[in-house]
Amino acid sequence: MKPFVYSRATEAAAAVRQVSNERSAKFIAGGTNLLDLMKSGVELPDRLVDIARLPLAEITALPQGGVRIGAMARNSTAANHPLVRERYPVLTQAFLAGATGQIRNMASVGGNLMQRTRCPYFYDPAMRCNKREPGSGCSAVEGFNRIHAVLGASEQCIAVHPSDMCVALAALDAVVRVQGPEGEREIPFDDFHRLPGDTPQQDTNLRHGELITAVDLPALPFAKRSHYLKVRDRASYEFALVSVAAVLDVSGGRVRDARVALGGVAHKPWRAREAEKILTGARANEETYRKAAEAALSGARAYKHNTFKIELAKRAIVRALSTAGGSGA
Amino acid sequence: MSNEIGKPLSRLDGRPKVTGAARYTADTPIEGLTYAVFATSTIPHGRVTKLDVSKAEVAPGVLKVLTHLNTPKLKPIQHPPAGQSLMPLQDDRILYEGQPVALVVADTWERARHAADLVRVEYARAPFLMDFTEHLDKAVTVKGFFEPDSKTGDFDRAFNSAPVKLKQNYHLADRHHNAMEPHATIAAWRRGKLDMYDTVQGVFVARTVIAQALGRKPADVRVRSKYLGGGYGCKGFVWPHQILAAVAAREVRRPVKLVLTRAQDYTSHGYQAATEQTVTLAAGRDGQLVALRHESVAPGSMSDDYVEYGAIASRTMYACPALETRHRIVRVNRGPGTPMRAPQEGPSMFGLECAMDELAVVLKMDPVELRLKNYAERDPTKGKPFSSKKLRECYSEGAQRFGWERRNPKPGSMREGHDLIGWGMASALMETYRFPATARVTLERGGTVLIESGTQEIGTGVYTIMPQIAADVLGVAPERVRLVLGDTTLPGAGMTAGSSTTMGVGSAVHDAATKLKQKLTEMAGGPIAPDAYADLLKRRRLEKLSAEGLWKPDGEAGTGESKEWTMYTFGAVFVEVRVDESLRVPRLARCVGVYSAGRIINPKTARSQMTGGMIWGLGQALLEHTELELNYGRYVAKDLANYLVPVNADVPDLEAYFVDEVDEHASPIGAKGIGELGAVGVSAAIANAVYHATGVRVRDLPITVEKLL
Ligand SMILES: Cc1cc2nc3c(=O)[nH]c(=O)nc-3n(C[C@H](O)[C@H](O)[C@H](O)COP(=O)(O)OP(=O)(O)OC[C@H]3O[C@@H](n4cnc5c(N)ncnc54)[C@H](O)[C@@H]3O)c2cc1C
Repeated sequence: MKPFVYSRATEAAAAVRQVSNERSAKFIAGGTNLLDLMKSGVELPDRLVDIARLPLAEITALPQGGVRIGAMARNSTAANHPLVRERYPVLTQAFLAGATGQIRNMASVGGNLMQRTRCPYFYDPAMRCNKREPGSGCSAVEGFNRIHAVLGASEQCIAVHPSDMCVALAALDAVVRVQGPEGEREIPFDDFHRLPGDTPQQDTNLRHGELITAVDLPALPFAKRSHYLKVRDRASYEFALVSVAAVLDVSGGRVRDARVALGGVAHKPWRAREAEKILTGARANEETYRKAAEAALSGARAYKHNTFKIELAKRAIVRALSTAGGSGA
Repeated sequence: MSNEIGKPLSRLDGRPKVTGAARYTADTPIEGLTYAVFATSTIPHGRVTKLDVSKAEVAPGVLKVLTHLNTPKLKPIQHPPAGQSLMPLQDDRILYEGQPVALVVADTWERARHAADLVRVEYARAPFLMDFTEHLDKAVTVKGFFEPDSKTGDFDRAFNSAPVKLKQNYHLADRHHNAMEPHATIAAWRRGKLDMYDTVQGVFVARTVIAQALGRKPADVRVRSKYLGGGYGCKGFVWPHQILAAVAAREVRRPVKLVLTRAQDYTSHGYQAATEQTVTLAAGRDGQLVALRHESVAPGSMSDDYVEYGAIASRTMYACPALETRHRIVRVNRGPGTPMRAPQEGPSMFGLECAMDELAVVLKMDPVELRLKNYAERDPTKGKPFSSKKLRECYSEGAQRFGWERRNPKPGSMREGHDLIGWGMASALMETYRFPATARVTLERGGTVLIESGTQEIGTGVYTIMPQIAADVLGVAPERVRLVLGDTTLPGAGMTAGSSTTMGVGSAVHDAATKLKQKLTEMAGGPIAPDAYADLLKRRRLEKLSAEGLWKPDGEAGTGESKEWTMYTFGAVFVEVRVDESLRVPRLARCVGVYSAGRIINPKTARSQMTGGMIWGLGQALLEHTELELNYGRYVAKDLANYLVPVNADVPDLEAYFVDEVDEHASPIGAKGIGELGAVGVSAAIANAVYHATGVRVRDLPITVEKLL
């Protein structure tokens, strides 16, 4: 591990200043992802600015029925907060499907948004990776790509975003609030993470030095009926092969409104808008869910070891929708 | 006798372990310690052409950078008991990815690790072989621990005339031990003698090999290992890093601690080699086997001849007049394989017991009935009777406890909600390897008892059962008995491997305790009550009274064979799996194992061995797999995020039972080995249950979702 300078920030503006002034400075929150990457030589910051003690951990109700989650809220705290549990069960379930109790106790919401891919080629500097070293090549395309993307990938990078929380946030149309050297701005969730294209080294549209301060969840009354389904080899403590966040507004046997997002399939949490279009207005039954699933994966492309993900994702969508939709009442 | 043997005594070392008082190797406090970290090869085959250590050498805290250019030449060592004869840092050859190319010693571990990252290496790459399944034409026959081939009867004739035939291939994955505790070695030279604390399953074996490599007498080397955070086989043979730590300590003239990183654990001390197995069966319509051939090919290394015997169980398991087994290896650019919990029988029982299940399906016969039909009363290859075998009782008790008679044999016929339910079973088999051992038992002033033996505690319960055995003989409470182990200054004992310790060391302890009791009786001039021991010493003005014990198995050491008997342990495993009808991820829901394994010294520690074995088998069946990176010639990932072992959420109710048995042919205390038996048969039972749930026969492990979609 390369030597680095460490300091603890007591004020958001100062933290932003310290990081934006230095190209290789980074924020550190819970450290559960960053430290691993530093130990394996993937991240090589010269300076760490610890933001763990900034007063950004609050979870509060917003005037129009939404909820604001501070960026430093622990994953475990956010998961179990009454406002989250009650209004956005899909988010609670997504949080609790991630990692382990110990890690969730350390992991922050901001850090979760910024966690990096689990592609093994990215994780080991002895192998070529465009995300780690632009222009060096993507080892996964021709290598072992069981966990890799089936949607929205490029020849430069087929890595997937590993977060569970973010899949629920994508479905819930969350807004990421950030503070930069020039002030604050809001980033709609869909614009936060990026597809790899020709710049896979850039996971998000956050600029260097910008600090995530909170995530806003808009009011979505029907989110009470929602479900997060995570499919994985091991029953716990593993990232998703595929996951689905499904939020359904059903009445009189029909789907009035729907939100569907997928995890484990793309470089970013994948909002399945084609599926939502099919769902909206249709009968709340398995046939509809199947059509929606087909639509969601219509543009999918598999690699040597991940063909199964396409079928698995479809089935997971059907199951998640059936569970969220309940009896269709 | 006070009947301590057979009591479910809780671990005497439980408290120190959970409170942190137990001191593991890397925790040993040593004055003036320095730290060593390897830099390893990133290519699988070739030569080192340029080594730039200039940055590493001047990095803060660095004391020495050893490479093949400046490491003193070592004496050759042999496998076994070395894990490999190839010694890194002796020349520029690279035969596998992960092979050390430099060893950096610094005043802190962090600084050593940083400096190791600064070593720059250039290579001349050579073509490499990785995936043995693509090169089966290069398979060769080598002699490892066992004969590569066996043959009884006339296979072709029996096969050709049989009415029912079956031939299938089975593939088991490469697996790694992944002990919680990484390998750690502390080496300190004191007045020309080497003092080592080492994570080893055999202190004496380590001493022999380390002394040989360094050109010293064994008496110049002392090796200690007090607690082991899991061995599972990877700390059995002696590996290069142990020797190089001693070399480094000599070079810097200070004690050196070397702890391998998790990634280095994947390339530094073996793995369980995958096997490609072919099972050919022929039977009568009544299920009687008439011909059985089991062939296995495994990857081997470029430097050594370790063989995973993926067909060996078929030599023993079923009564069959025409029986052949064959073992080959294909040399690849990886370090050698090594035993891993339930080697040989473990992999081979997967192929055999899946094939038997398939035969039962063809014959429309109950799988248990088919096994009873082919029950071996004597070893079909060696021709000798079993020293003890109560496998029939295992089948019937297991079936009854599991509720097997309620099984609808039709695949996919049992379900609950979204779950398809599958019930499957398999047999378990493990050879009873026996090794000689010695021990000393001492009555101390005050009436406490000390046992000394140079054996090891690798997590199995040795600190508890040895006191139980001595207590049983001497009539004292086990809590009054203390065991000191893991030190080459103690009476000699073998490796803690092959499930042999209770039987071997236990018999030596039993012998020593018996002799001590005789001495006491003689001294007292007649029978003496345990509470009078202390008084007797006092009256005789003795500080203590010791007796030496010894056990030497009749027959060849390291085998389960004597002149008259052949020795194995057995079991029957019944499992329930659940597979979601749509999502198709398999999960274990229930496991019942009943075992015939000789006398059980402590049912509590024994049960935990068996359930631990079952979890080990569950990992083999559904999760564990070290993936090869064929373009780079290495493993894709070398960490516990990508190598999945079962976690608590994967582990359901596990039930383990033993049938009543005492095997006096195997050992004077009637015990046999159990540590590996529990890991055998589970993966086959699970695969058979998955077939029963889904109708899909998966013949390669692990059984992951894509194979069932
Ligand atoms: C063994 C293991 C298993 C896991 N399993 C799962 C899983 O199943 N599902 C899942 O979703 N996740 C999983 N995770 C990932 C875990 O959720 C993330 O590591 C965690 O959320 C990161 O949060 P942190 O606060 O520790 O971030 P850190 O490690 O401190 O930081 C991560 C990155 O975010 C940046 N950052 C942090 N906070 C901010 C901020 N406020 N503004 C701007 N940048 C910021 C840092 O600079 C850094 O680049 C697992 C992690 C581990 C170690």
